[in-house]
Amino acid sequence: MSKISMTVNGKAVTAEVEDRTLLVHLLRDHLNLTGTHVGCDTSQCGACIVHIDGRAVKSCTTLVGQANGANITTIEGISKGDELHPMQAAFRDNHGLQCGYCTPGMIMSAIDIVHRHGGDLDEETVRQELEGNICRCTGYHNIVKSVLDAASRMKVAQAAE
Amino acid sequence: MYSTNYHRPSSVEEAVALFGKGSDPKYLAGGHTLLPVMKQRLAGPSDVIDIAKIPGLIGVEASADALTIKAATTYYDIMHNADVKRTIPAIAHLTSVLGDPAVRYRGTIGGSVATNDPAADYPAAVLALNATVKTNKREIPADQFFKGLFMTALEDNEIITAISFPIPAKAGYAKMRNPASRFALTGVFVAKHKSGEIRVAATGASQNGVMRVGVIEEALKANWSASALDNVKVSDEGLMADIHGTSDYRANLIRVMAQRAVDAAG
Amino acid sequence: MGIEGIGASVVRKEDRRFITGKGRYVDDIKIIGMTYAHFVRSPHAHAKIKSIDVEAAKAMPGVVDVLTGQQIVDDKVGNLICGWAIHSKDGSAMKMGAWPAMAPETVRFVGQAVAVVIAESKNLARDAAEAVVVDYEELPAAADIKAAIAPGAPQLHPEAPGNIVYDWEIGDQKAVDEAFGKAANVVSFELTNNRLVPNAMEPRAAIADYDSAEEHFTLYTTSQNPHVARLVLSAFYNIAPEHKLRVVAPDVGGGFGSKIFIYPEEMVALWASKKVGRAVKWTGDRSEAFLTDAHGRDHVSKAELAFDKDNKMLALRVTTHANFGAYMSLFSSSVPTYLYATLLSGQYNIPAIYTEVIGVYTNTTPVDAYRGAGRPEACYLLERLVETAARQLKVDPAELRRKNFITQFPHQTPVIMAYDIGDFNASLDAALKAADYAGFPARKAKAKAEGKLRGLGFSCYIEACGIAPSKAVGSLGAGVGLWESAEVRVNPVGTIEILTGSHSHGQGHETTFAQLVADRLGIPINQVSIVHGDTDKVQFGMGTYGSRSAAVGMSAIFKAMEKVEAKAKKIAAHQLEASEGDIVIENGEFKVTGTDKSIALPMVALAAYTAHNLPDGMEPGLKESAFYDPTNFTFPAGSYICELEVDPGTGKTSFVSFVAVDDFGRLINPMIVEGQVHGGLVQGIGQALLENAIYDDTGQLVTASFMDYAMPRADDVPSFKVSHTETLCPGNPLGVKGCGEAGAIGASAAVINAITDAIGNNKLEMPATPDRVWHAIHAA
Repeated sequence: MSKISMTVNGKAVTAEVEDRTLLVHLLRDHLNLTGTHVGCDTSQCGACIVHIDGRAVKSCTTLVGQANGANITTIEGISKGDELHPMQAAFRDNHGLQCGYCTPGMIMSAIDIVHRHGGDLDEETVRQELEGNICRCTGYHNIVKSVLDAASRMKVAQAAE
Repeated sequence: MYSTNYHRPSSVEEAVALFGKGSDPKYLAGGHTLLPVMKQRLAGPSDVIDIAKIPGLIGVEASADALTIKAATTYYDIMHNADVKRTIPAIAHLTSVLGDPAVRYRGTIGGSVATNDPAADYPAAVLALNATVKTNKREIPADQFFKGLFMTALEDNEIITAISFPIPAKAGYAKMRNPASRFALTGVFVAKHKSGEIRVAATGASQNGVMRVGVIEEALKANWSASALDNVKVSDEGLMADIHGTSDYRANLIRVMAQRAVDAAG
Repeated sequence: MGIEGIGASVVRKEDRRFITGKGRYVDDIKIIGMTYAHFVRSPHAHAKIKSIDVEAAKAMPGVVDVLTGQQIVDDKVGNLICGWAIHSKDGSAMKMGAWPAMAPETVRFVGQAVAVVIAESKNLARDAAEAVVVDYEELPAAADIKAAIAPGAPQLHPEAPGNIVYDWEIGDQKAVDEAFGKAANVVSFELTNNRLVPNAMEPRAAIADYDSAEEHFTLYTTSQNPHVARLVLSAFYNIAPEHKLRVVAPDVGGGFGSKIFIYPEEMVALWASKKVGRAVKWTGDRSEAFLTDAHGRDHVSKAELAFDKDNKMLALRVTTHANFGAYMSLFSSSVPTYLYATLLSGQYNIPAIYTEVIGVYTNTTPVDAYRGAGRPEACYLLERLVETAARQLKVDPAELRRKNFITQFPHQTPVIMAYDIGDFNASLDAALKAADYAGFPARKAKAKAEGKLRGLGFSCYIEACGIAPSKAVGSLGAGVGLWESAEVRVNPVGTIEILTGSHSHGQGHETTFAQLVADRLGIPINQVSIVHGDTDKVQFGMGTYGSRSAAVGMSAIFKAMEKVEAKAKKIAAHQLEASEGDIVIENGEFKVTGTDKSIALPMVALAAYTAHNLPDGMEPGLKESAFYDPTNFTFPAGSYICELEVDPGTGKTSFVSFVAVDDFGRLINPMIVEGQVHGGLVQGIGQALLENAIYDDTGQLVTASFMDYAMPRADDVPSFKVSHTETLCPGNPLGVKGCGEAGAIGASAAVINAITDAIGNNKLEMPATPDRVWHAIHAA
């Protein structure tokens, strides 16, 4: 057992958990942040993606100890009150989700993609960058559309700031 | 996952000491090889020693002749490093097509080389560039480092601290991905050294892990061009065959990927 | 249509919870005192269980109990059932072996459960499961169809000699033989339809909670049809009577058929919950999903198509062996028979068809309905045959199809189906135009100059959806009726709840169903809630599969709405002192035509519930229900054209364009319909290029994770050009046909036809991996 301290969605969190606990299970089972999902056990599907210190990583392949002291953002932490993050809004407006299971990981990945590329994204780049996220419902068509739409919204928002 | 004890040492010395105390310890860097195996309960180390945040193991240094990448530097930091892009752009390219973006934030060059997965990308670069693997104990030339599938010259409790790549005259990497795992179905790294030596290494192809490809090296020595490989026959003897590719297909891929790597190298 | 009515691309009401992480899937639910189950599974494809020793496991930390297959048999929990009776040619009933929820004596596929550990945490349950000692005596295994039907093959079930479940036929064999006798040309083909793993992104899960005081169970489960689950668990598995069992399917993360079936894990969780006196949660991981979710497809077929001298089709003859795996899953028997062979006429006028289907047991995971279920297999076989015929007869593939299209409706095929309506030329014309078919030869030549092999392939599919009239499916052996139910509750303040037996696991019912109400009453969709997925709330329902929710589920809502509107009009007329026949509904108001008199829906509802001033003899309240039983299947159809390039050096395929033109009848929400098409297309492309469940000779699943089973990813597939033609379905009040499966049915043939066109070699099986394509190029 180890005592873990981290910041999750802006709040300081401490927990006493077994060392074998994965970050995704800390979030889901101990912090009741069930928006982060588990879709595979081989670190491939990306349903579990969260941001650790601003980088989109797989929380199913992260021991809590590795995230000790880190700043974690999950799908529950990206909207400002009732105001959706532009990526969330773009997924809704472009029908970028169906069953919703892969969606939190997709959105967290997609935000990271836009952060890395800025607004300069094209379809091919988005498709390559989504390599670590598997969706079985949408055929990706509308996910790609959502990410491109959000990229321009985020660029506009950034320019306005 | 079986019960384990997690440690985060702040120096190599501390890591080595912790390792010495464990009954069945393992080093952890990015964790994207070890943790999936632990989740499947195919490994159950008593102690997991996280060396990914040891400051002395992170960073890139470039001199006129060599590019040195410290072992716990992540793929993401390598592919975006200005010195890497300037001195050996083929390494930046190889890194950019390795894993997916989330994996690239966590995976480290030292972890990849130490694991020596037969379908990993870095071993091809290490072998073709004739790099030196530096550890907490010694320096190991590439030709003596890789010892077959998942096997290396590393001794128990030996930590890779850096990989030093001689800066070549030209280098290129091309790979065909396994459609499921996205590891290299076959990847080929070609290097023309400043000495004029040609070294070509293929990953994902051989039953023994990363390998040099003599017939391609000879053909490129005579004529450094993709077309020089048009009629080269790569033997399929000793090559892997599985549901994703037969050995003759992999033999073909070695030639085709070598051609594309030469084109990329210029 | 109004901005939120039928035909409007309204963004989905349900999305907010999914994009903010507030979706509520089974594994998100916690119950006080909950325990965790982990199953001990067979590592062998075929073995006798000599003994199971659970004592060491029971002594492990945190273990509540360890239960075995023998105990579940001793407690008289029923065996799993197959709900569709098929008879062989000789009239005999299909031959099935027993399938207990956990194996007491014999295991027949890798992953079959033999025991379960119930513990205080997931990790502790898994720790203890490793301490359960099972002594197996390995038996030889039959890992595929060929091995299972070979002389001397290992026998799975004594009830099914030769591992044959049934030997079924359809059509007029004599007429077919005669037609082949006079044929000018015959095209023949042998092909495999590769086995797939559905892989909905949410793995299956179940929470069972037994209340000993009330002798009542609650089951939260990943189901596409919670009422069917309750029915089967009650009537066949002896878990509890229906009124003592509540089944809840909350948010469900994709199904594609795989969550229709009632699996051993749910049964065991319920049974174990009563045994240990606490709630039991089981959450499968992806590895368990690969081994235990019902797989799809897996046919080996021989097919021959006869033509006259004018290239008109005369007859089709098909023999198919269908792999059922080790046990007969819930609807498995119907898939290669009534959902497959009945669609072999495709879009074509084929005067005679004869098909034999032999169902085979193998030591593999059970096979059942997966998106399309039988119809993709039929389409793939027929559309490859037609494309092959065009090449062999040296005619344009579009023209050969056009020449043989059915153009008169209704059309009775020789294999049961009576197509009600369609316009196959319209969708083909639209597809040819969208794909710039005329410009293809020039594009191919240009690609060739650049060292690439370019190809174009067609697939003109038809499917049967909205299954189906209960009487008809009953006569074909179905154990259930396939109607749907709905209830419309108008609240006293005028908001509306629609209770439906359909279940949404990604389809967007909360939006489309509300659009129907908005369309009829002229009220905003945010005044309408859709209630589904809970047997305590909704009286009964048959669930969502077979693209039936619009055609059948919404038709039930339509009928219930008509009843509500009729009563509301009576109330409005009474209140307005007008004649009932003069009342019209507009923008949420009941108006007297030709006057300015009106009363708003909330006032009508309030009047219904206060009951102060209702017409004489009228009951208070405003709530109606309806059951809708369709009069026929619906027949969505369309034309797909795939253009792609093959890299001759690696055999890798890259898409140039993919055109899909579908006729789904009336579209309720075009945005959602297109999303369904995209998703289906990628599952079809996945089958064509990437996905393959492979067993080795000993019955081990080689592709048991995403490391070896290639799932389509974003960079494997293109963006699509999707459009629609429209013939309204005459069989239901909305004119809708169903759109959920079309893409998965039609796509794979278009892809393979394009690759074989590109490489000039027609000998190619799915999935067309780079390795296979490269070999085919070099064999050409």
